[in-house]
Amino acid sequence: MIKIEKLYKRYKKISALQGLDLHIHRGSFFGLLGPNGAGKTTTVKILTTLVRPDAGRAVINGFDVVKEPASAKMEIGVVQQSINLDMELTAKENLFIHGLLYRMPYKAIKKAGEEMLSFVDLENSADMPVKTFSGGMKRKLMIARALMHKPEVVFLDEPTAGLDAKTRRKLWIILKKINQNGATILLTTHYIEEAESLCSEVGIVDFGKLIALDSPKNLIQSAGHIVVDEMTEKEIKSHFFLSRREASLFVERLKGSALVREANLEDVFLKLTGRRVSP
Amino acid sequence: MKGFFALFLREMLIIRKRFFKMILSFSVSPLLYMVAFGLGLGRRLEMENVQYMVFLVPGLVAMSSMGQSFAISSEINISRFYWKIFEEFQAAPVSNLAIALGETLSGMVRGVMAATVIIMLAMVFGVRIHLSLYFWMSVLVNTFIFSALAVNTAMLVRTHADQAMLSNFVITPMAFLCGTFFSLQSLPGWAYFVVQALPLTHTSGIIRAAALGNAVPWNHFFIALGFGIVFFVSSVYMVKRVEA
Repeated sequence: MIKIEKLYKRYKKISALQGLDLHIHRGSFFGLLGPNGAGKTTTVKILTTLVRPDAGRAVINGFDVVKEPASAKMEIGVVQQSINLDMELTAKENLFIHGLLYRMPYKAIKKAGEEMLSFVDLENSADMPVKTFSGGMKRKLMIARALMHKPEVVFLDEPTAGLDAKTRRKLWIILKKINQNGATILLTTHYIEEAESLCSEVGIVDFGKLIALDSPKNLIQSAGHIVVDEMTEKEIKSHFFLSRREASLFVERLKGSALVREANLEDVFLKLTGRRVSP
Repeated sequence: MKGFFALFLREMLIIRKRFFKMILSFSVSPLLYMVAFGLGLGRRLEMENVQYMVFLVPGLVAMSSMGQSFAISSEINISRFYWKIFEEFQAAPVSNLAIALGETLSGMVRGVMAATVIIMLAMVFGVRIHLSLYFWMSVLVNTFIFSALAVNTAMLVRTHADQAMLSNFVITPMAFLCGTFFSLQSLPGWAYFVVQALPLTHTSGIIRAAALGNAVPWNHFFIALGFGIVFFVSSVYMVKRVEA
């Protein structure tokens, strides 16, 4: 369980978080959605004890991340946004070092290493240097590493960034399995379809504040199920409707061309903030 | 203690993979100094009553082991700024003491490797030095000082370029001014006083005394050890500071 209360963080003149409140239930697959600079990564960095908040409180499974960082760290596994593997070491060596960092007994490290490499389908690359891996293999290894010490909470900070659509979908299967095995997941992503496909609950952040919180389905319904993208000379203007019939009536009255489609989380964000999530 | 061992083991695995390249790169500068200053310039020269090459070798041991143990700062910075591996250590339940200790010991191993390379090269040039316990203790103190200092600077800088600049301002002057290439007795009074404030002055003195089989200047040994302890304690604080 993750509990965030009135979290503030400022970097010089930029307010990254402005009183963020969030409650993530045990076992849920939670998506934190927002554009660049919304405060997603800062939230993850605070929860993973890498950054200290200026004010507020963050608790993971009962452990305050500022007051009890060592206990909080034992509860979590982290897949950072950037690939932070030891490129000169093999996959197996990377996992071994991680096991030692998390105070695992030697036998347990060996066993968990083999299990995790098999889980992410990298058992045949165990003794290869990571520098020879593809982007997808590196991401898989980062996931395996984060799961080595069997954390109850897993933070995935844009884990599929920079991957092609096919590799991304393969990783989704792994991420779903992690959640099905009982771990609570907090995922930050730019990819709307990723959040829609994976998350049971989504929080939308903008300018360091939570502006919406619900299941993807409910958020989309609240925005309007059907979207009409009106193409004008200067811009594409989106209009939201509760039914396809209402949308059709609107389109009939339009002079220019328009596209009628089902709404997604991107539209929810657009309606709430007037901006798009995707870069 | 596993946290410390994880960091140390990681560095050792990297050293294992780069071993021959490292040994080769550790040899280049000392070899050039030995040829240019030892054989060329100092062939007929004596310094502190010994042949210049014999005087030079302990100085090179001090200088090279300083440089290579301080080089751990570059490795830390690459892992901080480029590979972002340092975040992995910070996110793990590892104490700041364990991080500082793991990195300091890794730097010390590099320094001892560099010292060993000089001793081997010196043998090729026909120079034999006293490899006593006191000699190795002196080398270890030297590597401890500069490895701990390296952890400090690695935590202090914000870019890799800053690290290179710090090396130019801190390490390069010490390498040339602290009794590595010439006797400090030939310095003017004020300069002699200034260099006493630099740790390499003390370590090059104790390494040379040990290497030449002279009496142990314990006062310099403990001053050097004091530098090391101060740098190590502050490195633990600096690791904590980066975490915040």
